[in-house]
Amino acid sequence: MKLLVGFTALLCLQLAGEIVTRLFALPIPGPVVGLFLLLVALPLIPGLAELVDDAAQALLAHLSLLFIPAGVGVIVYIGRLDGVIVAASATLVGSTVIGLCVTALTLQRLMRGRSTRLDDAGDATISEH
Amino acid sequence: MDDLPLDALWVYLSGSPLLALTATLACYLIATRLFERSGQFALLNPVLVSVTVLAFGLVASGVSYANYFEGAQFIHFLLGPATVALALPLYRELPTLRRHLLPIVLAMSAGLASTVGSTLLIPRVTGMDELLRLSIAPKSVTAPVAMGISERIGGVPSLTAVFAIITGVLGAMIAVPLLTKLRIKDDAAKGLAIGLVSHGIGTARAFRISERAGAYSGLAMALTAMITATGLPYLIGWLGS
Repeated sequence: MKLLVGFTALLCLQLAGEIVTRLFALPIPGPVVGLFLLLVALPLIPGLAELVDDAAQALLAHLSLLFIPAGVGVIVYIGRLDGVIVAASATLVGSTVIGLCVTALTLQRLMRGRSTRLDDAGDATISEH
Repeated sequence: MDDLPLDALWVYLSGSPLLALTATLACYLIATRLFERSGQFALLNPVLVSVTVLAFGLVASGVSYANYFEGAQFIHFLLGPATVALALPLYRELPTLRRHLLPIVLAMSAGLASTVGSTLLIPRVTGMDELLRLSIAPKSVTAPVAMGISERIGGVPSLTAVFAIITGVLGAMIAVPLLTKLRIKDDAAKGLAIGLVSHGIGTARAFRISERAGAYSGLAMALTAMITATGLPYLIGWLGS
């Protein structure tokens, strides 16, 4: 029952997100707006986190599965990449590697200076939940 | 004659969502088991393996993608509520996130600048034509947003979706070996980097590292989508593509 209630709550937030996106003609999809709506609602409504937890866990535990139907579609279109495979691969691999290195190294380096003490404090706050 | 009942059975099965759903779930379960058994070997990424096997299955059986998607759409639909659900792990990270707000903002800025910069630069160096350059530009953003951006800047949305999904799988495959080699120990740094370059598919991989990595990956994915959707059209206009 809790699973169903949680799932309904997630769908309601997605619906609210879709409505907001369309009303204000936002360039981001409804579910992403729904994500931020839930993030705002969680500290305001006591018990909400508990309520959606089961449904969220169930969905996020198998997030990879949800991308497979769209992924199969890639194969259908991949023939259109004929002739640009080298340039496209260079771009995709190059920028992915660069982006991963820059983001992770920057964050790790900036956090290291103040990490140990703050991480301990952070973990302590989390375990209170 | 003899194979007539089989033909009728096939007509029924290929027309109902049951076969596509079952095949997708079964492929995913087997591919996930294979991935774990292999010690999480990058080339055996579950999304990559499942997609390849299913695509070969479609080609071999002559079932169209549209037909397959009629069944698989029930799985695809769950991406919506799953995206909303990303708020929950993020909410649990809020205390730590607040303490590291400045490093996170700076790392996101540096990451976005280098990712977008190299995505605009490499196609120029390799001599891609303008239509392709515009189609590949939003590739680090989650597919539905990337398609919207592509449409606005004059790319081909369906091609952009292909680039976005390949990027997602690529990021999910290479992130963990690469970040391990770079000696990145903090799961927050791993997650943020993975979500920024490879959106949802990367985020799915990040959740296999830890809940914390998944939370930061989801955050980076959502912010990258918002910032790229608002900023990229202006950047392209300013650069004159």
